[in-house]
Order: sequence, then structure tokens, then C-alpha cells
Amino acid sequence: MATPEVIVLTDIKRDPAFGDRLTPAGQQLRTCIQCGTCTASCPSASAMDITPRKMWRMVQLGMVDEVLRSKTMWLCSICYQCQVRCPRGIPLTETIAKLKQLAIQQQIKQWRESTHFYLAFSDVMRRYGRMRETEFMARYFMSTNPFEALNYATMGLTLLRRGKLKPELPMLRGEGKLARLFDRVAELEGRK
Amino acid sequence: MTRYLFYPGCSMEASALEYKASMTAVFRALGAEILEIEDWTCCGASVAPVMSDLLGLALPARNLAIAEKMSNGRTMVVGCSACFTSFARTNAAVADPTALARVNQALEVENLSYGGTIVVRHVLDVLANDFGPAAIAERVVRPLSGLKVAPYYGCQTVRPYASYDDGQQPWTMVPLLEALGATVYHHLQEATCCGTALLTTKPEVGLRIAGSILDAAQPADCITVVCPMCHMNLDSYQDKVSRVLGKMIKIPVVFLPQLIGLALGLSEKDLLFKRHVVPVEPVLTKVPA
Repeated sequence: MATPEVIVLTDIKRDPAFGDRLTPAGQQLRTCIQCGTCTASCPSASAMDITPRKMWRMVQLGMVDEVLRSKTMWLCSICYQCQVRCPRGIPLTETIAKLKQLAIQQQIKQWRESTHFYLAFSDVMRRYGRMRETEFMARYFMSTNPFEALNYATMGLTLLRRGKLKPELPMLRGEGKLARLFDRVAELEGRK
Repeated sequence: MTRYLFYPGCSMEASALEYKASMTAVFRALGAEILEIEDWTCCGASVAPVMSDLLGLALPARNLAIAEKMSNGRTMVVGCSACFTSFARTNAAVADPTALARVNQALEVENLSYGGTIVVRHVLDVLANDFGPAAIAERVVRPLSGLKVAPYYGCQTVRPYASYDDGQQPWTMVPLLEALGATVYHHLQEATCCGTALLTTKPEVGLRIAGSILDAAQPADCITVVCPMCHMNLDSYQDKVSRVLGKMIKIPVVFLPQLIGLALGLSEKDLLFKRHVVPVEPVLTKVPA
């Protein structure tokens, strides 16, 4: 599909240590035998540009750009089926979080509808300490595609009527409830 | 009296308030006392580990550290499967003293420190293994006879950290539902993923995933769940799912403690059935008061 059937490995830029850096699996990724159990177990594999099995092979080969630009990680719903079924016992699902982390850090432009979900969620956590579903969804749609919100209008109104969504006024001033902890973590990780 | 610490988490406090209300009512009816964690904050769900490795441990650990101060030997019960996974993952990680020390370096700014001692259990585990089907059956006053219930566990309720059940073919709900007098409707999607955030970020994929579960469970009178995310995805999106699948899908989705509460004779009003998107009335009328 998105990747050609034949890839000439000498023609592309590769980083053979890529997989080793992907915690928590790290060097365990070298033990992948390409059995395809991950792909067969994945509820969204059919919608991916690169299947999980193929993606882990590309990780072994150090194809950083191709992997980080793929849609694969953003279609992972973190259901842990591949991780519990992997015959090599590789913590695949939890390693996908690391791939998402790298893609966000490198500000890869593709798949904004997914990256902005994480960024909006994180902002709301930092500010209020707890999820505020209404504000989170508002921020998310504003940062991606405000018109998409219209598709959710009917459902949103039903949820409001049932008391499932709480209309709350945003508090945009003052220090966020978890700002100190977020900043401390950034400092310890050398990001600040 | 058995005592538990309780971490509700963001969803049980908002969109899934009926889960919290029914769970606390059922625990009380079964003679257990619940103490809510003070000043709790979001567990970070699956988002914090994507923002940073340390944040993915520090956000759950903040709550575990508070729980430790309050615990006095008590176990912490969690109703949300995503919260359960965050805490279990953190406990597994901080078994390594280096990781624990680093987490505590972060928690310094909150004047907290975690010793790694809090045992975290899913509400399903506590209902099945602490109270147990026999004790629940004894208290049933309104048997759910004739009600066909499709259990749905989802993913993180049983994978990968649940030691109380099988991650592929879970069974814990069966004796509980039978204790209530209900008939268990088995289907092939009991432990498949509900689609989680994909229903928002990739609706064309997520709606089909949720749809496959709803379609499989459709012959039952209702689906029962033990996770706020599963509930949101299965209950609120049935109109959209019907459009995507090209067939009418309509089945009430209730939290397991709501069904237990019903059978124990707790008031329908207190169990907050009115909050659901798909009306629960067909279920209630099937069970004579």
C-alpha cells in the first residue's frame, strides 16, 4: 500500500539502533520472529497503511522516518491483544506509546486528528487535574476540524440532556492544578 | 465490616456517574465501607505515557502515594479499566527501586512519596472474589429471571494486568449474573476492544469496531459492562453505528453494579438508569419489582 513491495535497504537512511531505544521493549524487539500474531490480533489492522508485523520489521531495520510517519500507531486502541499473544513476550502495546511520543516530539504533521487528541487531553489534565470531557472535546475539535464537531452535535445534546456531559466554564487563568508536577517531570527529563 | 479505598477517576465522576452511584450503593448493601481517596487527580490514562515516560508513572503514582497515606492496610478499588491499567502498570514499574526513586523525585513538588505498597483491584474482581456470587445470591430480592444479559469485558479490564481472570476468554461475570437469576448470553466479542478513542479520532474505523460488538450482542436484552469507556462507546454511538453498519442497532448497555443493585432491590432512581442514551425501560419492565 503506502510502502512499495520491494524496498532497497541501501537506498534509504536507516538507524539500526532505533528499536533498542523504544522502551519498554527495547532490545527485545530484535527477537521478533515475524509470525504475524500481532497483525492477526489487531482490531484495526485492516485500516492501517503498514500492518503491525510489517511495522515491527521496519523497526528492526531502523526505518525511522517510514515508521514515525505511518498511520499504524494512531490506529492502535491500546487493547493489549498483540502484547498478551506475542509468542516472544514482547510488550508491543506499551511500546506503541513510545512511538507516539517520538512522533509528537518530532512534530510530525500527518495524523493531526490523533496527535491533537493527546495534546488537548494533556492540557486539560495539567490545568484541572481531572478530565473535563466537554472542554476537552471542544478544544480537540477546535484544534483539528471545527466542522467535524457538527457531526457530534446531536449526540452531544443528548449527552447534555441525560446529564452525562457537564457544561462547565473554562478557567484559563492561574496555575494549573498539576502544572508543578508536569514542570518537574519535564525538568527531570531534561526537557526544560 | 470490610473497608476499601476507592479511586473513582474522572469518568466515574462525570459521564459515568451512574457507575459510581450504583457501585457505592451495592458495596454498602453488601456490608462494605468505601473511603474515597482525597484530592485525587487524573491517572493519566493512556495519554500520559505518550507525553513522557516519567509522566506516565508520576500521574498514577501521585494518587497511589495519597492512597498509601490513607490506607491502613486497605486495598484500593478502581472501577475504570483504564485507571486500573495505569495503576497496575505503575506498580509493576516501581518494583524497580531506581524507577521508584525517580518517580519520588517528581512527587517531591507535591510533598508526596510512594512506597510501592498499594494493592489495586478492579471492582469486578472485588465483586466476584471478595463478596462472591453466593453472598450476593442470598440477598437477591428481585431476581432477574428471564433477562438475557450479554457480558462485555472489553480489553483493559482483563488484559494484561488482571490476575483474577483470563485475558482472552474471561468468565468472572458469569457466576455473578447467574447469582442474580439472569441468563448469560454468550457471544464472540466479549473481550474485544470497544474502539476507545478511535470513535473520536478515526470514526470510520472505531464505529465498525464498536459495531461488531453491538451486533454480536444484539440478541440479548442488554449488555453489561464494567468500564466507563466501554459504556460511552457502546451506549452513546448506536445511532452512528447503525448508519455505518446499515442496520438498526438498539440495545441497552448497563453497568454490572446497576444490575446487581436492581436484583438487590435498590431503587431504580438511585441506580440512575435515566442517564443512559439508549433507554433501559425494556430491561426494567422485564424484571417484575
